[in-house]
Amino acid sequence: MSHASSSAGHDVHGESHGSFGSYLVGFVISVVLTAAAFAAVMMHAMSPGVTIGVISALAVVQIFVHVIYFLHMNGSSAQAWNRICFFFAVGCCLIIVFGVLFVMHDTSMNMMSR
Amino acid sequence: MLGKLTFSAIPLDVPILVGTFIGVAVVGAAVLGLVTYYGKWGYLWREWLTSVDHKRLGVMYIILALVMLFRGFADAVMMRTQLALAYNGNPGYLPPHHYDQVFSAHGTIMIFFMAMAFMTGLFNIVVPLQIGARDVAFPFLNSLSFWMTTISAVLINVSLFIGEFAQCGWLAYPPISELKFSPGVGIDYYIWAVQLSGVGTLLTGVNFFTTIIKMRAPGMDLMHMPIFTWTALCASVLIMAAFPVLTVTLGCLSMDRYFGMHFFTNEAGGSVMLYLNMIWCWGHPEVYILVLPAFGVFSEVTSTFSGKPLFGYATMVYATLSITVLSFIVWVHHFFTMGAGPNVNAFFGIMTMIIAVPTGVKIFNWLFTMYKGRIEFHSTMYWTIGFMITFSIGGMTGVMMAMPAADWVLHNSLFLIAHFHNVIIGGVYFGYVAGMNFWFPKVFGFKLNEAWGKRAFYCWFVGFYLAFVPLYIAGFEGMTRRLNHYDNPDWHVQMLIAEVGVLTIACGVVCQLVQIYVSIRDRNLPQNIDYTGDPWNGRTLEWSISSPPPAYNFAVLPDIHGIDSFHTEKEMGRGTHKPLTDIHMPRNTAAGFFVGAFSFVLGFAAVWHIWWMAALGLIGVLLTVILRSNDNDIDYYVPVSEVTRDVEAQSRKLMAQAAE
Repeated sequence: MSHASSSAGHDVHGESHGSFGSYLVGFVISVVLTAAAFAAVMMHAMSPGVTIGVISALAVVQIFVHVIYFLHMNGSSAQAWNRICFFFAVGCCLIIVFGVLFVMHDTSMNMMSR
Repeated sequence: MLGKLTFSAIPLDVPILVGTFIGVAVVGAAVLGLVTYYGKWGYLWREWLTSVDHKRLGVMYIILALVMLFRGFADAVMMRTQLALAYNGNPGYLPPHHYDQVFSAHGTIMIFFMAMAFMTGLFNIVVPLQIGARDVAFPFLNSLSFWMTTISAVLINVSLFIGEFAQCGWLAYPPISELKFSPGVGIDYYIWAVQLSGVGTLLTGVNFFTTIIKMRAPGMDLMHMPIFTWTALCASVLIMAAFPVLTVTLGCLSMDRYFGMHFFTNEAGGSVMLYLNMIWCWGHPEVYILVLPAFGVFSEVTSTFSGKPLFGYATMVYATLSITVLSFIVWVHHFFTMGAGPNVNAFFGIMTMIIAVPTGVKIFNWLFTMYKGRIEFHSTMYWTIGFMITFSIGGMTGVMMAMPAADWVLHNSLFLIAHFHNVIIGGVYFGYVAGMNFWFPKVFGFKLNEAWGKRAFYCWFVGFYLAFVPLYIAGFEGMTRRLNHYDNPDWHVQMLIAEVGVLTIACGVVCQLVQIYVSIRDRNLPQNIDYTGDPWNGRTLEWSISSPPPAYNFAVLPDIHGIDSFHTEKEMGRGTHKPLTDIHMPRNTAAGFFVGAFSFVLGFAAVWHIWWMAALGLIGVLLTVILRSNDNDIDYYVPVSEVTRDVEAQSRKLMAQAAE
């Protein structure tokens, strides 16, 4: 990889581009998961707590579908940096989500608002 | 047709704003007139406004930062003067509506458009040169980032003359920032300016992360990178992780305001406390995004002007990395008084105190670098030593406030204000100014004036203590932030001293402007010209090329064999014998400018609810992006003959200099 080529934005090393088929598969799975989430809410078949759990789970699955089919993450060694970045991002999200939940829950208990 | 925009939105009844507008109009007309008179529009457009050259973008970023510094500092002087006057029944000269806009604009502008722009400018100028790259990884995105930042800065200043600015502080806490309590357009100006500049900042983070990871010169391992590049890498990581949180938070706030949703409202299940958590999940890392690069500058300056390698390179890197990680788990210390229990407050208090450890490591590294070094008391060293003293005091008051019990007393008092100005002026600003003095000759080929640089330092240093030590004291005496007027005689004394302080700092700002003027005037004096490209006997790669560098930076890419490789090679007198080749470079493009211009239209129209104009702006952005994506003529080759000519010209200059 020459530096000049990457500076012009033509660098394609370390990336894999999907085929039409793989994009289509990703798209169909995403649509199904989204429709399922809407259905879970609109059919009122489950209690609110269970519904939240179900749509959260569907959202997490959808994240992985996007990452694999649209962002082309895989286990190859050329993607080491992509994987590090991804896990760092996941780590940050977990810190923020669970940290905020921890803080808000503790506040609710402490202020006796619940 | 024009949404909420009517003629009455123009504040003709506020003499300060009318005067400011006349001043801006006169200066603006003078600048535009001069450009026209000298027939420089074509040059300006081709060589600067559409440039994708990281050095030129860096210069434009820093010019933007200095202009915004001027605006933000004018706000600061107005606030201090109001508080010096508005005592014991005297209402001062700023009515609350105007005063509240001034302090909100001061914070927003200083953080987003002064500090961030200055930092990005230094990244742009220095990082590719330090790692031996010919440009950044995505030159077009770099130009786009610049224009997004610039148009947002323009948007926030438009709020001076059309409508109003936010009146609820620089972080727009709900519920006061909700439509119910702030029905005006001030918050919308805030939201759109911050969101649009956030696009630019996020792209900058992605760009520099990729550049540093992928484009280092052959042989440069991560642990061979200069410390400034390390801090730029860590700041880029923080930008990528933190700025999306800001975007989502303000996005939710704008949905509350535009679509009647209830994320942060008082009623219908909204949670104000969630906003506090989310905004500070961004806000705390943001502090480190700003200060880490300043630490990088001090590391470069200290080792260069002490004539020694940096003491404890590896510990410096690990300290930077641990600050990067720790900055994500301390956000609650901004609102210990929110009502969380002792478990939460104790955890976040302790994490906050732990950050003082890696920061202390850094301070000792700089001290030991200076220890037994041959220190040259250059003005950048003045800023560095001033920083070490000032920042240590700021750090200690920070650790004080990390104790939740103490914070319950000091929260939102002027003590807090003094603390964060202590670290932001003493850390961030001193660092960036040191960086500007340090790398100025690299960019322009001549040095900044030393005498005026030192005068600027003394005014800033003394002025800082005069302006902020009284605020520490007034905070202890119970004075809260954002007061418009008061009647406590104890506070009045402190406010008068602080006024003297801010005027002293004003002298410092004037000295900096004079410094730039004098330096440009005397640029051809032999003691000011930088013939060699290495005026400070530097240690890192940027000093290995001519000043100013050619557009492609490096005629041949250097081979790296360790930390401070350039300095080692220089001592051993080794040169490179690699053959010259054609150099592949990105072409300038106006796409970034147009995306920025259309985004401005979008932002302004959305602020005023002029929906047809907003649609026009959005379509313009999309069209420009599509056209740019279909443009294949985005690169060119610098022929080897031209490279050879540049190299020979530089060696002739070097020989002429050696002969004198």
